[in-house]
Amino acid sequence: MQTKTILLVGVGGQGTILAGNLLAMTAAEAGLDVKVSEIHGMSQRGGSVSTVIRVGEHVDSMVCDPGCADVIVAFEAVEALRAQQFLAENGRMFVNDEQIVPVSVNIGNFDMPTDVDARLKSMGAKLIPAGRIARELDSPRSTNVVLVGALSTALDFDEALWHDAIAKRVPPKTVDANLAAFETGRAAASE
Amino acid sequence: MDKQLLSGNEAIAQGAWEAGVRVGVGYPGTPSTETLESLVRHEDTHCEWAPNEKVALEVAIGAAMGGVRTLAAMKHVGVNVAADPLMSVCNTGVNAGLVILAADDPSCYSSQNEQDSRNYAAFARIPCLDAADSQEAYDMTRRAFEISEEFDAPVMLHETMRVAHTRTMTSATGRRDDVAPRPYADDIGKFVMMPANAVRRRLVVDARTERLVEFAEQTDLNRAEMRDTRIGVICAGAVYEHVREALPDASTFKLGLSWPLPPQRLAQFAASVDECYVVEEASDYLSLRILAMGIVLSTPCAGPLPLAGELKPASIRESFGVDAPRHRDAATDLPPRPPAFCPGCPHRLVFCELRRIKAIVTGDIGCYTLGAVAPYSACHSVIDMGASFSMAHGMELAGATDRTGRPVIGVIGDSTFAHSGITSLLGTVYNGGTGTLCILDNRTTAMTGTQGNPVNGVTLTDSSHKTGPLDNPTGKALDLVPLVRALGVDDVAQVDAQDAKAIRTALKAAVENSDQLSVIVFMAPCRLVDRTRRPAPAITDCRACGTCIRIGCPALGRDADGKAIIDVNQCIGCDQCVQSCPFGCIKKED
Repeated sequence: MQTKTILLVGVGGQGTILAGNLLAMTAAEAGLDVKVSEIHGMSQRGGSVSTVIRVGEHVDSMVCDPGCADVIVAFEAVEALRAQQFLAENGRMFVNDEQIVPVSVNIGNFDMPTDVDARLKSMGAKLIPAGRIARELDSPRSTNVVLVGALSTALDFDEALWHDAIAKRVPPKTVDANLAAFETGRAAASE
Repeated sequence: MDKQLLSGNEAIAQGAWEAGVRVGVGYPGTPSTETLESLVRHEDTHCEWAPNEKVALEVAIGAAMGGVRTLAAMKHVGVNVAADPLMSVCNTGVNAGLVILAADDPSCYSSQNEQDSRNYAAFARIPCLDAADSQEAYDMTRRAFEISEEFDAPVMLHETMRVAHTRTMTSATGRRDDVAPRPYADDIGKFVMMPANAVRRRLVVDARTERLVEFAEQTDLNRAEMRDTRIGVICAGAVYEHVREALPDASTFKLGLSWPLPPQRLAQFAASVDECYVVEEASDYLSLRILAMGIVLSTPCAGPLPLAGELKPASIRESFGVDAPRHRDAATDLPPRPPAFCPGCPHRLVFCELRRIKAIVTGDIGCYTLGAVAPYSACHSVIDMGASFSMAHGMELAGATDRTGRPVIGVIGDSTFAHSGITSLLGTVYNGGTGTLCILDNRTTAMTGTQGNPVNGVTLTDSSHKTGPLDNPTGKALDLVPLVRALGVDDVAQVDAQDAKAIRTALKAAVENSDQLSVIVFMAPCRLVDRTRRPAPAITDCRACGTCIRIGCPALGRDADGKAIIDVNQCIGCDQCVQSCPFGCIKKED
């Protein structure tokens, strides 16, 4: 398998790290080389965050350069636009359709862009109502796993591997809810 | 053991444990922190946080001299703090193996500067190993202890953030070597660095360096990989992975031992390729040394590599004239989303008041550095750990308040105060300073992930057992007010950092007390330590004045009419906004 680069972007606290873990575990179980690069520290206080996962027979660099992301999963819509230069030609983009207003806007120094959805659609992004899906499943904290479900449609891994990773990684009491979130996200991406 | 996905830091901890390490000591600092947090979970290894990196290295030197294998872990700027003992232990050598992890942060993801710690290895003439991924970090940690003992030298293990915080497939034995403590014997000539001994030890080190160069010429830590011989690249660490990505056909000389360098092998490699290049990150560490060997280095055809910042495959491609994949331009019209004080953060109200009184604030290293950004812009210097208090004294000597009419106020956090602020305060007291200094005691080392420290008494062992961070710490907690008093400060107050009125009163009194040094300890736990949530307050009859918005809480926004609204998902019910509303429109929910 040719090396694939997956970029997860969002806002600190949205669960990008768990999502990255699920993908990494799935790829490792499939026998692939995996590199997962995260930014810690200063960026965790509600700032923009990103995780790069690269999978393949043999992975060299752990970073994602502009034009190199085969898949981008954005946990927040404005962060999807912030990452647009990383998307490869023919790359896929899955975006949680919710927006989180940054402090810079609340205090009046900046405005939110008004055309976020249109811009995302123009670059072929698939908008996923991940937050709404998770709330409807009565499991609002599974928003990230809904998006992992969407991501799974862009990668050629056996569905059972994803299920195993979820079962191993999430708290035992929430396994069923997260499996449901995964399946619903998977279906939403295919609609 | 099966292959596991380990971060570089976890791999170093695994390698250290397997190498029989019995003592691990350091000070938290991104990107090094998880190393000891991971090592402490292993059995038969004692790990602790020191108040600062100098103390950590000294503890480590003592442990190694006492006969057990020891790991000292710190971020790059921590090596500056530890430089004093480093520059002597390099001459004494060790007894049992001593490895110093230096974790660099190119592009300053969570640091105040960008520095290549390998310069310290060269300066101190100690071997330096450079890992490119977690497997190498694991393997090299094991090798580092062997090299340390074989050459009687502390060894620097160097990594960058991309190694520290990237998880890669790693296979480890999972078995701990049976390494018995080495006997301790008095050796005054070796360990007492008074002049007569120190000059002799320098000669020992020079002889050791010769042996190390011979080792560098032989070791499999360094390796030439011949591919297309038109381009040859000398590189080390994570940069090697980027070179392989960007220039897959190029021949490479990968340095796993980055001090000392192997002159013969490098010359041989350079001679075997048409053009030889050094590719390195935010540094001229390798290129200067290799040029000094008389090796001719070429400049990439499309322009030199960037001098500063993290190196990525894209910048290597660009310099070498390799086409980049087509991509969209970055969006330029998006609102920035920098990190911010969390909802309920105990630093917020203090910085709101510092902003209101237009103080000149000498700041320090920690979450409260964010006091420098909007909507506060109330922190005017950040240099290094502890500088806030010493610099406030310097500003006083410069007559800054007299000339600007603004009070100068030093602001430091609890862990940073314990790290380097106590001596700064002592200097101010000793020299008759009369300013205002604030300790923001949020009961934890927040920025690096809520580690324990001498102020809260939580030890590294406590945190490994996942007890409530502040419940029954096993360490001795430091009571700041009596300490500050004992240092000679008569005007000391402890104030609730969640009480806006009390903050205002205390700062006013301290600033007005112009002929005496004043210290205020603002205390309230970090929201990452105390996660108590109360109901969000209710807003009624909002007049859209925007005052509450200016406290900069991520949970506060405005509706289309400019009226305040609360995001109940983010709100933790701290009531900071309740205190900020001049019209009493935001009310606590009981």
